[in-house]
Amino acid sequence: MQRLGDFKLPAFFNYPPYFTLQLVRETREKQVQLWKELILDYCRTQKIFVIGLEEEFPLFSNLVIERSLSNEAREAFLSALVSEGRAEWLDKGHRKCLILWHRIQDWADLILSFVKENGLEDSVMTVEEIRSGIESRGTELQGMDRTVLMRALKVLENKGKLAIFKGTSADDEGVKFSI
Amino acid sequence: MGDIFTVASVTSSGRPVLVENEVECNLLSNVDLEPEDGTANSFVALKSGVLILTTHRLLWLSSAKAVGIPLSSITHIFSSKRSIKSVFHSPRFRFQVSAAVITVVVRGKGDWEVFLTKLWECWRARAWEETTTSVVVSRESTSSGSGMGSGGFYGSDGSVRMVGVAGILRKEQQMWESTDKSLQDAFQDLNALMNKAKEMVLLAEKMRQKLLSTSNSTNQDEMGSKEEMQDWLLSVGIASPVTKESAGALYHQQLSSQLADFVRIPLERAGGMISLIDIYCLFNRARGTELISPEDLFQACSLWEKFDVPVMLRKFDSGVMVIQNKAHSDEEVFARLRTLVATPEVIRTGISASDAAMTLGIAPAMAKEHLLTAESKGFLCRDVSPDGFRFYVNLFPEISPNDLHLVKDHGIYGAWIRAASVSGID
Repeated sequence: MQRLGDFKLPAFFNYPPYFTLQLVRETREKQVQLWKELILDYCRTQKIFVIGLEEEFPLFSNLVIERSLSNEAREAFLSALVSEGRAEWLDKGHRKCLILWHRIQDWADLILSFVKENGLEDSVMTVEEIRSGIESRGTELQGMDRTVLMRALKVLENKGKLAIFKGTSADDEGVKFSI
Repeated sequence: MGDIFTVASVTSSGRPVLVENEVECNLLSNVDLEPEDGTANSFVALKSGVLILTTHRLLWLSSAKAVGIPLSSITHIFSSKRSIKSVFHSPRFRFQVSAAVITVVVRGKGDWEVFLTKLWECWRARAWEETTTSVVVSRESTSSGSGMGSGGFYGSDGSVRMVGVAGILRKEQQMWESTDKSLQDAFQDLNALMNKAKEMVLLAEKMRQKLLSTSNSTNQDEMGSKEEMQDWLLSVGIASPVTKESAGALYHQQLSSQLADFVRIPLERAGGMISLIDIYCLFNRARGTELISPEDLFQACSLWEKFDVPVMLRKFDSGVMVIQNKAHSDEEVFARLRTLVATPEVIRTGISASDAAMTLGIAPAMAKEHLLTAESKGFLCRDVSPDGFRFYVNLFPEISPNDLHLVKDHGIYGAWIRAASVSGID
């Protein structure tokens, strides 16, 4: 079985038509669906949050069969993710895409359970600590994208579960939990 | 009336079947054949048919009936009298067949005077006699050439006959010389070429016979080229093309019928469908000198809708135009395509339009149309790469989006994985 690093690729990754945007509607719908699943799968295991359309992205080309996705195809597959709420364009030109293998709401729930498990219900943490502190090591929060984290925290703040306060620089933004 | 007329056979699309060496010369539409008043050997008048003049016969065809009068049986053609009466009548002329006098009444718009002139020419040319004599001559020459005829050193014309190898060589030499001469004569000018056309057809026929007789003995290498040559000779050969000159206003209609007869064989060979361009080339090659324009071909094909012929003109969405058998169905090609695409080799590498064309024995443009149709039905899908445009069996419906790694043992997805792993991709 072919691999990308420690990621196990499905068999159809070597199927040449998989890399050509199909024209027939039904075939194309299925193709788009398979690409959506594969992109989310890959990003989840590799902890990838942002895909740049103009940068090299391992999934988008297959050296073994010498095929790679056209820009049109890349944008089509990512747009399909965006329309499902599993991704967001970071710019108007659709050059960078934020992949949400957990939706923002799911991330918020993950943070909540993390806080409860570690008995941090009334404590204060910096944002940076949540991403890379000792407590988060080995959890899904480790190495999390800062943009995504901030948006999840905002959701919790709106629900009154925590308060975000600013320090002197971006690095020491703090969070006061009140669950 | 049985004495005067012979039954003429016609093709399925209503064109007359000509005998060997017979060439169509002219044609008049909407013609009546009437018996002369008071002649003993009378017959029932034939109303409004097409009168066709060939080098051998006069043919009268209507939708219900087809009869012929051998030119050899015509004993007299009356010169047409110009009288006051003829100003009010439809034009008419008369000729005599044994005891009966037949009046031809031309109700259509054709140029009857030209027709009458041609009738004179053909009647006097006595083409039917030439055929019989040439057959006799060729028989004689083959018997003496093969050395199996009556022995003796003197030929029928009194010249010393060479025997053995020298004889064969001289015979060959003579044949080459005469062949060479007729080729040279033929290319003198176009008029001469037209006159030679029949001879050329005869020559082609002779060459074919010769090829057939020697093909058994010679070595394998030559066989291929000989078969090719034979094919090629066979495809030369509408001896009597319908021309604008001979058919006038009925040109497209007659051409349409002739074309319908002609396409039958190439169509069979091409698997029931053939592109208009291919037919254009084949048809014009068969016609030899009386070439038709692409526009005429298209007109003739378009007319098929109005007649009961077994072929039809079809236009694909992409604009490609083809001729196909009415009986021919896309389903059949689709089924052949389905088997083709399911072979392990094709499952692995996919198929291009030219591959499909070669395997199915059809033109690449047509193969592409069939492949695109199969794609639109969801049976194939495309692969566009620097290597070209290929089609693969559509695996997408077989793959489960919930478990990307799930492969059912049965089914085409599994077959593809097995085929792909053979090549070492995996």
